[in-house]
Amino acid sequence: MNKLWLVIKREYLVRVKKKSFIIATLLTPFAIGLLMFASIYFTTKGGQANKKILVKDESGIFSSADIGSKTHTYEFSDKEISQLKDEYKTNGFDLLIHIPAFVDSSLTKHKVQYYCQEKLGISTIENVERKIGYAFKDYKVLKSGIDRDVYDSFKMDIDLENGAIKGDGSKGENSSSKLNTSTKLSTMIGSFLGGLMGFIMYMVIFIYGGMVMRSVMEEKINRIVEVIISSVKPTTLMLGKVFGVGAVGITQLGIWLILIVAMMIGMSTFMGSNIDPAQMQEIANQTGTLPVQDLDAFNWTNISNELGQMKWWLIIPMFVIFFFGGYMIYSSLFAAVGSAIGDDMGEGQQLMIPIMIPVFLGIFMLQGAVTNPNGGMAIFGSLFPLTSPIIMPARLPFDPPWWQIGLSILFLILACWFFAWLAGRIYRIGILMYGKKISFKELAKWITYK
Amino acid sequence: MAILSLKNVVKQYHNHKAVDDVSFDVEKQRIFGLLGPNGAGKTSIIRIITSITGADSGEVLLDGELLNGYHPRYIGYMPEERGLYKKMKVGEQLLYLAQLKGLSTKDAKLKIDYWLKKFEITEWWHKKVEELSKGMQQKIQFVATVVHDPKLIILDEPFTGLDPINTNLIKEEIRKLKENGTSIIFSTHRMEQVEEICEDIVLINGGQVMLEGTVAQIKQDFKENTYRLEFEGPEPNFDNFKVVEKSEHSVVIQLQDGEEGNDILKHAVNQGCHIISFNEILPSLNDIFIKQVEAAN
Repeated sequence: MNKLWLVIKREYLVRVKKKSFIIATLLTPFAIGLLMFASIYFTTKGGQANKKILVKDESGIFSSADIGSKTHTYEFSDKEISQLKDEYKTNGFDLLIHIPAFVDSSLTKHKVQYYCQEKLGISTIENVERKIGYAFKDYKVLKSGIDRDVYDSFKMDIDLENGAIKGDGSKGENSSSKLNTSTKLSTMIGSFLGGLMGFIMYMVIFIYGGMVMRSVMEEKINRIVEVIISSVKPTTLMLGKVFGVGAVGITQLGIWLILIVAMMIGMSTFMGSNIDPAQMQEIANQTGTLPVQDLDAFNWTNISNELGQMKWWLIIPMFVIFFFGGYMIYSSLFAAVGSAIGDDMGEGQQLMIPIMIPVFLGIFMLQGAVTNPNGGMAIFGSLFPLTSPIIMPARLPFDPPWWQIGLSILFLILACWFFAWLAGRIYRIGILMYGKKISFKELAKWITYK
Repeated sequence: MAILSLKNVVKQYHNHKAVDDVSFDVEKQRIFGLLGPNGAGKTSIIRIITSITGADSGEVLLDGELLNGYHPRYIGYMPEERGLYKKMKVGEQLLYLAQLKGLSTKDAKLKIDYWLKKFEITEWWHKKVEELSKGMQQKIQFVATVVHDPKLIILDEPFTGLDPINTNLIKEEIRKLKENGTSIIFSTHRMEQVEEICEDIVLINGGQVMLEGTVAQIKQDFKENTYRLEFEGPEPNFDNFKVVEKSEHSVVIQLQDGEEGNDILKHAVNQGCHIISFNEILPSLNDIFIKQVEAAN
C-alpha cells in the first residue's frame, strides 16, 4: 500500500510540476472561451459577411418586394445580363443575381442564377434563396386574391407540452402516477448536458489514457523499469500510474471547471442576464439548430430553473463513478499497449486499434443516445462496459430506470477488475520485453504465462 | 552460511526452458560471479532472485528464509538494461528509489547524502539526470543500488560505459561493501574482471549449472599440469619430459604420471641452467569458460 502511494505520488507530482501542465491547465479554458466567443461572434456577424448584391430581376417580383435584409444590400439594374456580368465587380458589387421572368405562377420552382468571382458560402446562398422565396410567396398570395390577414392566419404553431406540469411550471400534484414531468426545455438541456458529459469522458479516455501509455513507454525506453520492479510488483507500478495520472486528470478538470464557471459568471454579468431573443433568433435562423418558436422559453431564468430541477444528487455521483470506471478500463488497456510497444511507436498504432474501436463506437452511439435516450441502442451502449462510461452519463439527465443504472455499474465494476487484471498480465511481461515484434498472438501468450 | 540458496529452480517460457533445475549457494560476504554466454539463463535467474518473476518450481532462500514480499528490501539490483528518469532531479530520483526499498524519507536523505559525499557529487542533487553524462548516470545508478544497505547486491555488467578511473572507483566500493558484510553477485562476460574481483563462481549454460566453486579451486581443477621455465644461456636438454612449447629462452612442459614440478627444476639445475623463473601455468577463466561452453554445445 505504501509503495502504491509512493508511485502515485511520483506520477502525480512529476506531471503537475511541469511547466507545460501549468500552462495548459490555465490557458485551455480561456482558449475554449475565446473559441466560443469567436464562434458566436462569427455566426452572428462575421459568418454572414455583408455583401453588395446586384440583381437583374426580369420578373419584377423581387425588385418590388419589401426585402428588409439586415445582412446584405440589394440593388437592381435593368441593363442586359451580359453587360452586367462584365460590370458588376467594377461597380463595387460582390454578387450578381439574375432572376428570369416568372411566367407561370402555378409553378412551385423557379431557377435563379448567380455570378460571383469567389466561391459563394452556403449561408449566403440560403439567405438569398430565402429572401427571394419570401418575395415570390407574397407575390403569389397577392395574385391569388387571398387577403393578407387571412393568409397570415393560416400559420399554426403547435406547442407540445408535458401535461404533467402545471401552468406555473411546478409539477402537478396528481403526479402519483408514473408520468414523466420534464419540460421541452429540460429535454434540450438534458441533451446538451448528456452530450457534454459523454464528450468529456471521450476526451478523458484519450488525454489521460494516452498519458498513462506514454508514462509506461518512458520507463521502458529509459530502462528504469527493471530497477523499479525489483522493489515494487509490476501490478502495483501499473496501478500507481493509473491512479497517479487519474489524480492529475481530476486536478486539471477541477481547475478547468472552476475557471469555466468563473468565466461564465463573468460573461453573464458582462452580457446581461437575458439573451436578446432577436439575437438568438438570428443565430437560430442561420444555424438551423433551434426551433424558433421555443425561443420564448430560452432565457437564463428558465434555464437556471431547469438546471436547478436536475437530479444533481444522482447525476454528479454517477458521473464520477462512470468517470473512474471508464478511465480505469481504458487507461489499464493503454498501459498494457504501452508496455508492449517499447521503442517503436509506429508499431503501437496497430495495437491501439482494438482500444480505439469501442471508444469510437461509444462516440457514434452518443448522438443516438442523446436524441433517443431510451432507445435500444442507448440501453445497450449504457450497459456494455466499454461504451457505458460514455453513454450512461449522457442518459442520466433523462432519468433512466434504476435497474439499468445498477446493472451498468455492476458490469462496469466487473469490467474494471477484469481489464486491470488482463492489462497487468500483459504489462508485467511487456515491460521486460525488448526488440521483439509484438503480435496479438504474442500478447495472448503473455496472459497465460505463470 | 549462505546468504542465498537456489534449490532445483526451474523456469519455463512456452517451449523454452530458460532455467533448468539450477541449484547453487552464494556464501555470505563473498563476491560471487554468475557467468554464462548470452542466453544462458543468467538474467532469468537474477529476475527470480529479485522477485521480478517467479520460479515454476524449486526454492529460493534468502538468508535461510523462503523468498517473500519483504525480501526486495534486502536486495540491491543493478540490471544490465538500466536507466533513470531523465527529467527527474538526481536527489528526488534517489529519494524515490530508496523509499521504494522501504527507507523512511529521513533515513533515505541521510543515506543519499552519505553516498553523494563519498563520490564527491553533492552538487548533483538538483541536477536533472539528462544533464549528466552516461558515466555520471552510472554512478547514480550504483548509488541507487546500494543506498538502502542491502544484504545482497546483484550487479549485472556494472562497468559497461565507465572510464577506467570510475571503474576502479566502483571496484573499490564493491570491495569495501564486501568487507562491511555485504554479499555480491556479479554477472558479466568479462572474464578478466571475474578473475580480478570474484571469489566464487557458477557457470550457467543452456539454463543449467556447468561449473561451480571457488575461482582458485576451479583453476586447479582445470589445470593441465603444465609448467613454464624461463632461463638464460644455452638451452638445457629436456628430452625426458613432454615439451609442449619451446622458444629461445623458455620451455613449457606438461608433467606425465608420477612426475612433479620439482623434477623439472632439479633436471635444469643439474644441467647448470641459469633459471630466471619457474611457474605452474593455470588456465585462465576465459579458457575454461570457452572450453566448457564449446564442449557443451
